[in-house]
Amino acid sequence: MSEGLGEEVKTNPQGDVITAAPAPTKEAKKGAAAQRVVDPDYLFLHAPREKTFITGSEAAKEAIRRANVDVAISYPITPQSETMQQVGYLYAEGYVKDYYRGEEEYGVMSAIAGASRSGVRCLTATAGPGLMRGLEVIASWPGGRLPCVLLIMCRVINAPLAIQPDNVELSYMLNTGCLLFHAENQQDFYDYALAAFMIGEKPEVTLPVAVAVDGFFVTHARGWVSLPAADIKLPPRDCYHEAVPMMDNENPPIRISRDAPVQKSNFISYQMHASWQQEIWAAQERSRKWIERWLGGLVEVVNPKAKIMIVASGAAVSQSREAVRQAAEQGLEVGLLKIKSLRPFPADEVRAALDHAEKIIVPEFNYVGWLAKEVKSTIRGSERVISGPRVFGGMSMPTELILEYITGSPNRW
Amino acid sequence: MKQTQEPAYRVLPGPEGLLPPAAAVMGVRLPEDGEGLVEGRIVTEEKAMEAAAIALLTRKNPTLFPGPLMLWGWNEHTIEKAAPFFDVAKEIPGVRIIPMPDYRPIYPKIDPEAVINPCHPNLTIWHNKIEACIFIGVHCHFANITLKMIRAGTNCYTIALCAEAGHEDAMASVPQFTADKLKRFAETLRRVKKNGIKPLYEGQGIIPSGWAQVAGLTGTPMMKPEEEMVEAGLSHDLEKGLDENEE
Repeated sequence: MSEGLGEEVKTNPQGDVITAAPAPTKEAKKGAAAQRVVDPDYLFLHAPREKTFITGSEAAKEAIRRANVDVAISYPITPQSETMQQVGYLYAEGYVKDYYRGEEEYGVMSAIAGASRSGVRCLTATAGPGLMRGLEVIASWPGGRLPCVLLIMCRVINAPLAIQPDNVELSYMLNTGCLLFHAENQQDFYDYALAAFMIGEKPEVTLPVAVAVDGFFVTHARGWVSLPAADIKLPPRDCYHEAVPMMDNENPPIRISRDAPVQKSNFISYQMHASWQQEIWAAQERSRKWIERWLGGLVEVVNPKAKIMIVASGAAVSQSREAVRQAAEQGLEVGLLKIKSLRPFPADEVRAALDHAEKIIVPEFNYVGWLAKEVKSTIRGSERVISGPRVFGGMSMPTELILEYITGSPNRW
Repeated sequence: MKQTQEPAYRVLPGPEGLLPPAAAVMGVRLPEDGEGLVEGRIVTEEKAMEAAAIALLTRKNPTLFPGPLMLWGWNEHTIEKAAPFFDVAKEIPGVRIIPMPDYRPIYPKIDPEAVINPCHPNLTIWHNKIEACIFIGVHCHFANITLKMIRAGTNCYTIALCAEAGHEDAMASVPQFTADKLKRFAETLRRVKKNGIKPLYEGQGIIPSGWAQVAGLTGTPMMKPEEEMVEAGLSHDLEKGLDENEE
């Protein structure tokens, strides 16, 4: 009798079964309610940690769980979708106060701008073409002095369409005025994302922070991540101690304007706009102090005295670490300079670390070689830089390829 | 990377030129609580207050620019600062108080005796021939853009007494500037005078400003802003206002 009366299975147009997570249990909701605010120094530097084996997306989720986020706004795009789906679970469990899906990326980035202006802690994430679509608004965030965190899971943006790893999109982010960190692995993605909230909200900084990671290599792969207990979280955003007044329509004087005036056609306003732009990049410089304090510096140096140095950011760092190890097995000492912060760019640190180097190799996951260009424009003796190896369009980077650049004289880009 | 040597760049009274760099980009770092900045160098808080006091007492037309965080009673902290702010003013003979009540542009012109505005702060400095000033209670972003514009086009010695992290673009700055530090700054003014610094305007009190006229505090007839045109290179544009659709 019951045949045919079973629960209907819903599928999408491709025939995949649509699943839904069960509503969180009362126990799960208790976790958020029991969280206590702690000093950021304690959360970042001193709280006891336990190792867990999780994906990059899950690492981001754990950062957001402890970030005291007020509003998260999502729009799906591979390989970012899973992270914001995870954040959706956090909303259901009460860790995030508000959460919704925007119309598309332009709408999402605009909504984040509005939320940040109102003084709440904001999060969004995107990838590849989604970043390109939202870029006009993202480029307006720093001038609006809008603290928020944007997670970027890098993927191909060029035609032909692909969803594979490639980080050329970060070259577009370099000159927006946003702070930009590039995570090597799952641990970095947790640490950088969590610290980003506090760094961007410092009164002397008051800027959006983008935390990038190479899609799939990190977002969809598991790695060891040391996490503090889930019952502690960051203090809430202190919006009345930032570089601009909040939009507050409930407390006088509500008439205070926080945004740039529409530019009028006279010299004085041009000068104000110029000074305004200078102030964004000055604020970037001020973030150094907090990056040094909470992320251990803008760079990491391995084998600092080696004559051959590799400079890398993101997942290329992991490949480079292994290449350094394999080179050591062959009796070659090779050094590694990991760039954690692309903006502000650690120019002094890069110069100091590479001053003695005879050969500098810059492996990258993109065609254009944006990091090699940054390094060349920073150091003395740019002819020492070998701009490569570079892979793109979803290719992986075998360590043997880096070793070829270390030991041989490959064709230069 | 910890700063190991002093930056070559000095933050000095201008005019420095059309578009001076932001001092932070030139390597000037913000002081910690208990420290101050003088001309781009980190010094003790006491020395920074001393440098600021001497500039205010010895340079022409010293002026205090209180911003919204000082003018409006946002919270207890801002209200607490109001009384010691006037104590500071009383220690500077011939001082003016010209507020920055808001950050919106004032078109087609400003009354430079009544207000200073971050869109064109140099007009107020030029009009009143101000050679030393304090910014206090101005949100950091607007203070910084203002300080750079003043350094670009005027010879004014700028002082930023900041409730947050301080300002590299001022000639003198002290961070975390609480009501208690305001009281200590008034004491510093008294001390430097006692130690021999002779105020340029000895014997004078607070000079009434246009703002005081507007507020009706002085009993003098209020001057309408349009009677006091801004003398600037493009004053005809400022006077007329701008018609974006004009052909």
